[in-house]
Amino acid sequence: MSEAFFRTEMLPQQPPPLRETGAVKWVRENLISSWLNAILTAVSLYVVVVLLAWIVPWFWNSVWIADSLSHCREILAGRSGGCFAVITERWLQLLFGAYPPALYWRPIAAFVLLFVALAPMLFTGLPRRMLWFSAAYPFLGYWLIWGGTPWFAVTAALGFVVAGIAYRAFETRGGAVPLIAAAAAAIVWWVFLAGAARGALDAALPVGIEFVRSDRLGGFLISMIIGVSGIALSLPIGILLALGRRSDMPIVKMSCVIIIEFIRGVPLITLLFTASLLLNYFLPPGTNFDLILRVIIMVTIFSAAYIAEVIRGGLASLPRGQFEAADSLGLDYWRAMRLIILPQALKVSIPGIVNTFIGLFKDTTLVVFIGLLDPLNLANAIRADQKWNGIYWEIYIFIGALFFAFCFAISRYSMYLERRLKTDHR
Amino acid sequence: MEDLAARAIDRSRMTVTDEIAIEIVKMNKWYGTFHVLRDIDLTVYKGERIVICGPSGSGKSTLIRCINRLEEHQQGKIVVDGIELTSDLKNVDKVRSEVGMVFQHFNLFPHLTVLENCTLAPIWVRKVPKKEAEETAMHFLRKVRIPEQAMKYPGQLSGGQQQRVAIARSLCMKPRIMLFDEPTSALDPEMIKEVLDTMIELAQEGMTMLCVTHEMGFAQAVANRVIFMDQGQIVEQNEPREFFNNPKSDRTRLFLSQILGH
Ligand SMILES: Nc1ncnc2c1ncn2[C@@H]1O[C@H](COP(=O)(O)OP(=O)(O)O)[C@@H](O)[C@H]1O
Ligand SMILES: [Mg+2]
Repeated sequence: MSEAFFRTEMLPQQPPPLRETGAVKWVRENLISSWLNAILTAVSLYVVVVLLAWIVPWFWNSVWIADSLSHCREILAGRSGGCFAVITERWLQLLFGAYPPALYWRPIAAFVLLFVALAPMLFTGLPRRMLWFSAAYPFLGYWLIWGGTPWFAVTAALGFVVAGIAYRAFETRGGAVPLIAAAAAAIVWWVFLAGAARGALDAALPVGIEFVRSDRLGGFLISMIIGVSGIALSLPIGILLALGRRSDMPIVKMSCVIIIEFIRGVPLITLLFTASLLLNYFLPPGTNFDLILRVIIMVTIFSAAYIAEVIRGGLASLPRGQFEAADSLGLDYWRAMRLIILPQALKVSIPGIVNTFIGLFKDTTLVVFIGLLDPLNLANAIRADQKWNGIYWEIYIFIGALFFAFCFAISRYSMYLERRLKTDHR
Repeated sequence: MEDLAARAIDRSRMTVTDEIAIEIVKMNKWYGTFHVLRDIDLTVYKGERIVICGPSGSGKSTLIRCINRLEEHQQGKIVVDGIELTSDLKNVDKVRSEVGMVFQHFNLFPHLTVLENCTLAPIWVRKVPKKEAEETAMHFLRKVRIPEQAMKYPGQLSGGQQQRVAIARSLCMKPRIMLFDEPTSALDPEMIKEVLDTMIELAQEGMTMLCVTHEMGFAQAVANRVIFMDQGQIVEQNEPREFFNNPKSDRTRLFLSQILGH
């Protein structure tokens, strides 16, 4: 007879043997699991060490205060090191171009308010009333940066108010009627009435802040202006193009296909040259159409064409049943699109849209070729200066870091957005 | 199926009126050169519960989808609730808001909660205030017995629950006519009953219903007319007992023997 042994309680979990835990285990499994792996690990380590041995002292020794590149070299006395004194001296120029320094507060205010305007669109937790500020921001931002009389921005904004009133008035008609009415009202306002209204307001209340000409704008400021306007405008236009491309109406469909394919088939730089040179021939003589505005239009339609294709992919990925369910509930086309189809299609398209936005933002540096003072053009100007002749790493690192910060922020935000919108629980 | 047929069903309120709900006259439809629906004549009276059956590909879905113009017919006339379906989009939207439709694959909106699924169309099409729409939605969600799921997303529900939400979503528009296109075909067997129960309750309240289904127990329990379709035609229609016990055409007989498994 043997006595059977039963445990009456579970043993506590014991820590695994040392070689199966933490860093040791990770290294064993990931870095030296085989001979080949071990060799690759060693080579990689060597490369990393060599690079660091070169980069770290370069940053560590770098000179931040000096008059010129030769002064930097004196201070460094033969050691390897960067000459960031150029940034110390010129960073404001890299940010603002030739903007009058006394007025720097204006673009800074515009930049800060940009985030206030974006906040309610980016994060749902905020009060919806803040969206009114977002709607007013484009006009406020324009006025802050260019200055002059506020009435130009105000009368331009009133066009949208007029459009909104027209939309309301025809809302009950359904279909595209309210949209057409809104567009017609806005155009009538801008073309025939806005000028007179501005004149009247100017005469009655001749206020204003100092006007800054477009050719004073430069640096990162110009990249932001073009990038942010391009992003903000190209999304709605891209959506309309994508919807148009799927339309049943042959004319709408054809025009959208032609626009998209033409724009996508042409390099951005050609469009920019068109903006800077050719548009003047087509516009009625005497129109002084701001170069920055022309560039914004070109950048916008360029990225809108890409966005349209990205969104078309999102639309195509929706099951037909979603369209049918929306139809069967009696939603008209625009409501079905706005409430059912686009929220889902856009969600699917977020990575592609963000990709296009980041591309757009970096492509703003192409305006260097049409003579706008974007950061790259300023870098050339700085390097042409006697004092800093021969410097380039430092400036490009600075510019690169700014662009990286911006693009990385967009990318992180899009990841947050994707997580938040994830409701399919698959 | 037998237990459904045997269930004590209160037919007292399931009265058929002599008002016409849907009138289809000499309707023909083609997909390209393929003639899907041939000379369909069908009159549905208010309060009728009609079950449409027939082999796969016979045009059942196409027929009921023509009734709310998810498909366009090319010949003949369809009048729904007094409104003729033509290319006039306004009429189409009007008909669609009066006719509820339940799909085989539910087609709930995955980006909206169950409650939002139910309130969307009342708010945007009927212009019902949000609060009232939510109350109505909760009423119908209670009716299909899933009020506790109102704040979940469709992806978190089982198939049977999703289909019941889809029914509630349609009911929130207070439709006069309900169309069902194989509402239980995509469901696991244990979930079929919960959906059929919901549909039976609806029938008992006097809803005009057109159901494409192969649930013959359901047909026997609630239908007042069963329609058999084959190759785009209505081959035979009759009240259920007669239809099942005494089919007139060979094709019906063959179909019934296949589907009933004897
Ligand atoms: N969009 C379409 N284009 C072309 N043929 C179709 C389309 N939809 C259905 N059909 C065809 O029409 C016939 C009837 O389809 P359907 O009404 O779905 O049949 P059921 O619902 O009875 O199974 C089938 O042969 C099917 O292949
Ligand atoms: Mg079918």
